[in-house]
Amino acid sequence: MKVVIVDYGAGNIQSVLFALERQGVKALLSQDIKVIEKADKVIFPGVGHAAAAMEKLQTSGIDQLLPQLTQPVLGICLGMQLMCNRSEEGNTKGLGIFDVEVKAFEARLKVPHIGWNTIAQLKSPLFNGIEENAYIYMVHSYYAALSSETIAVCQYDIPYSAALAKDNFFGTQFHPEKSSAVGNKILENFLAL
Amino acid sequence: MLTKRIIPCLDIKDGRTVKGVNFVSLRDAGDPVELATKYAATGADELVFLDISATEQGRKTMADLVLQVAAAVDIPFTVGGGISSIADVEKLLKNGADKVSINSSAVRRPTLIKELSEAFGAQCVVVAIDAKKIIDQWLVHLVGGKQATDLDLFDWAKQAEQLGAGEILFTSMDHDGTKSGFANEALAKMSESVNIPIIASGGAGNMEDFYNSFTFGKADAALAASIFHYGEIGIPALKTFLKDKNIPVRL
Repeated sequence: MKVVIVDYGAGNIQSVLFALERQGVKALLSQDIKVIEKADKVIFPGVGHAAAAMEKLQTSGIDQLLPQLTQPVLGICLGMQLMCNRSEEGNTKGLGIFDVEVKAFEARLKVPHIGWNTIAQLKSPLFNGIEENAYIYMVHSYYAALSSETIAVCQYDIPYSAALAKDNFFGTQFHPEKSSAVGNKILENFLAL
Repeated sequence: MLTKRIIPCLDIKDGRTVKGVNFVSLRDAGDPVELATKYAATGADELVFLDISATEQGRKTMADLVLQVAAAVDIPFTVGGGISSIADVEKLLKNGADKVSINSSAVRRPTLIKELSEAFGAQCVVVAIDAKKIIDQWLVHLVGGKQATDLDLFDWAKQAEQLGAGEILFTSMDHDGTKSGFANEALAKMSESVNIPIIASGGAGNMEDFYNSFTFGKADAALAASIFHYGEIGIPALKTFLKDKNIPVRL
């Protein structure tokens, strides 16, 4: 199985690489459209600012490619947010894969939302073998609202999308690569899709 | 529900854990990767690695160590010590660190916080503050607490937040090493003045101290070193204790 991690210079890619290695999968880092296109599974990570990351995607043409992919794609954190319609972070237009808006947390609670929280209302093969209210690691200041594409709900001030899915596209706001055994299981499930 | 975090801290010198050499249950207590793996497996929520080696060679060793830790553990970790530029941070994040903590370098040049926050996102910028109460005022200290400044702790925390810090790691030098509990009054005051998560550090002696830091101190996370390294408190037992007292923790 050929797993490609989209390497567009935004994110803690090394941790994703190591997490896959712990699953026995040697993933490839690439920003080459031809390589990404031919992968069996595509992982789309991301950390940092939405506008800056989007710019990098546009420079490499990955913004055009990603929505066309037909193999399973997993966006992580900012990667997931960029797969949505639009983000309030820098008023950034996203890839429009998920029909959801990304909004800033209102400062009623501390922002960024950092730490281990729970996910509930799980509905996707991505969560096979994962119990309701399992703990995952979150670190973010913007969130994807709830929608018909929500496959896991997290609660911080308000309920929001901890994960999204549409056809072959999946996205997690949390970091499976940093979420211990639960995260490892979710990655395993993704690789088994 | 968001849980309170328990964070073991490893002081690293030239690639070895400094505190913790007597940690009996490990084959090689000085090996940070082994310690980190053990902590991750027993329920630590995050780890902090503080590089206290002040040499060029030591820094290089640290960057290599980060890579080894990232390969071994599946929980987030922060790296601090001697970081003063975007290039320093880039290397650590590239090797798999999730966050970096900056201390003296941020006091000397506060715009460093802004630069790092803009380059890598606020979520990976932890501003560590060492402070000591002198007469009536909490004053920020530098260089591992050796050098006093006239900077007020709460003013500095507020400024760090405004410049783009994602978290504050507050160590009370009055409490550090005393095992008499965290600086809960100052922690609570800080929590009311900034709106980013606060990690309590300095003073952990028993399980009750952690409970108090989360309730009276309003801390979001609590950090300790020796009590974990020397096996005085086990993380699973600590978390069970906290859960029984209705503190949300990941078990």
